[in-house]
Amino acid sequence: MTDKAVKPVVIEADSISTFQVTVGATGTKFLVEIRDNKRIMGIKCSSCGKVYVPPRSHCPTCCVKMSEWVELSGKGTLTTYTVVRYKEPYQPKEPPIIYGVIQLDGADTGIYGILGEVEPDKVKIGMRFEPVFKDEREGSLLDIDHFRPSS
Amino acid sequence: MAERIAITGVGQTYHKSKRKDVNAPELVTEAVEAALKDAQLTMKDIDFVVSGSFEMADGQYLPDMWILPEFGGVGKPGLKLQNAGTTGGVAAGAAFNYAASGMFNNVLCVTWQKMDEGQGAFGRGGGGLSEYWQSQIPMSPITNFARRTFAYLHNSGCTEEHFAITRVKQDQCALKNPYAQLKLNTTVEKVMESMALVWPIRYLHMCPSTAGAAAFIVSPENQAKKVTRKPVWVEDWFCAHVGGAFTMAEDPTLSTLRHGCEVVYKRNGITNVLKDIQAFEVYEPCSPAELRWMEEVGVCEDWTAWKLMEQGKVGIDKEIPFNPSGGVTATNPIGATPVIRIIEAALQIRDDAGEHQVPQTVNRALATAYGGQGENVIFLLRKSL
Repeated sequence: MTDKAVKPVVIEADSISTFQVTVGATGTKFLVEIRDNKRIMGIKCSSCGKVYVPPRSHCPTCCVKMSEWVELSGKGTLTTYTVVRYKEPYQPKEPPIIYGVIQLDGADTGIYGILGEVEPDKVKIGMRFEPVFKDEREGSLLDIDHFRPSS
Repeated sequence: MAERIAITGVGQTYHKSKRKDVNAPELVTEAVEAALKDAQLTMKDIDFVVSGSFEMADGQYLPDMWILPEFGGVGKPGLKLQNAGTTGGVAAGAAFNYAASGMFNNVLCVTWQKMDEGQGAFGRGGGGLSEYWQSQIPMSPITNFARRTFAYLHNSGCTEEHFAITRVKQDQCALKNPYAQLKLNTTVEKVMESMALVWPIRYLHMCPSTAGAAAFIVSPENQAKKVTRKPVWVEDWFCAHVGGAFTMAEDPTLSTLRHGCEVVYKRNGITNVLKDIQAFEVYEPCSPAELRWMEEVGVCEDWTAWKLMEQGKVGIDKEIPFNPSGGVTATNPIGATPVIRIIEAALQIRDDAGEHQVPQTVNRALATAYGGQGENVIFLLRKSL
């Protein structure tokens, strides 16, 4: 029987750790091209012909190792998006943030990106976007500061 | 009714402390490709995938979601399992059960740990500690083994030198295993001079942190016979996950290993352990543990393993073929470590272990998984059923 007059005891138990994540040779080439050359590269499967952006080492459907790199213009079409209006410490920008999925021209997959230079209520699926790179780049997807409307 | 099942292919990475050349999915794929090659199958043949890692040690959240696509696991039925040290043990057990259901032809079990990315997060508790009564006085894996080892010294009458002799034996085995990580060619003197981490556990007693992966394929009897000429039959497996209750009892050196072995020995008519089992791959996270594990597995009487080690009776080509691979003190990608034990036991049965092959015919092998505060998973593999 619980004595209702006694406040339940709660023990503080936190465990905070930080980690590093190795992106591998394929991921490194992709990020270095963005960092050093403002270039977005895809990788093509020799079996099914699909182009993956971001790249991966093996085609997930054919399970073959991929090595054929494809340079993309960076322009692409918005396939879906959402608008985040609340604030959390881990968010890379101040709200409202428009998170979009963009299928870059020449790619068969979508890439996550932040949409900018456009008001949230003006964004439409099917709109064309192009990347705007940060001036100081460190080898991360966030080196693409945002995607802006393009032709 | 359950199908008889056999392991048809095994694969592991060449284990290293750091693998900065690959990301986690690429590392895992190395092991999967090796297992597929061993079975001469492709991912198209795989119809169920069991995967697992100790997520907290890598700091990777739901890693199966982005690791499985790398090796072609997309769209296949599967199950992800996560524990601490016994992760690979429960993943293997689940894979065995799925194969035994007869619903799948080729079940892939793949486990991994890329410890060059974590920052030792699991050191706080060592896994499996009660949040209320134990984790505020945390025993890391090292502290946990220090308290056990001190009790072993006290109860058995051995000396610290016997732990060093054990470490040298483990190292001599690892030197013959191409996949092993630590190959120190060390000496009793060097081990005894190495830094005391938590006395009596010294730096060279403790397993390393490892980036590695391990995989196997298991099939029901009919399919297994089609796939390979060297099926390794799974005779039994048993999981004992009640470590705290056992380890905190009056004998602080005990784990669930003894209990688990008693169960599988009884079920399979094993009465003379050293006669009925010809190779042992027992998950020993530090050198002194191997002595107590030898006793718990039943290859010798309580508090006598150190004498056998001193007499040089333990090793690849010795009376007691205990951990011929070099064991966990040489290689420990935590989530994958139990599957490495199973792979090494299977290689012994197939006569494919190369330089660390036990010379006598291995008809039956024992493999185990250890975790947390004394949890164990026990596997029996056979050349024929």
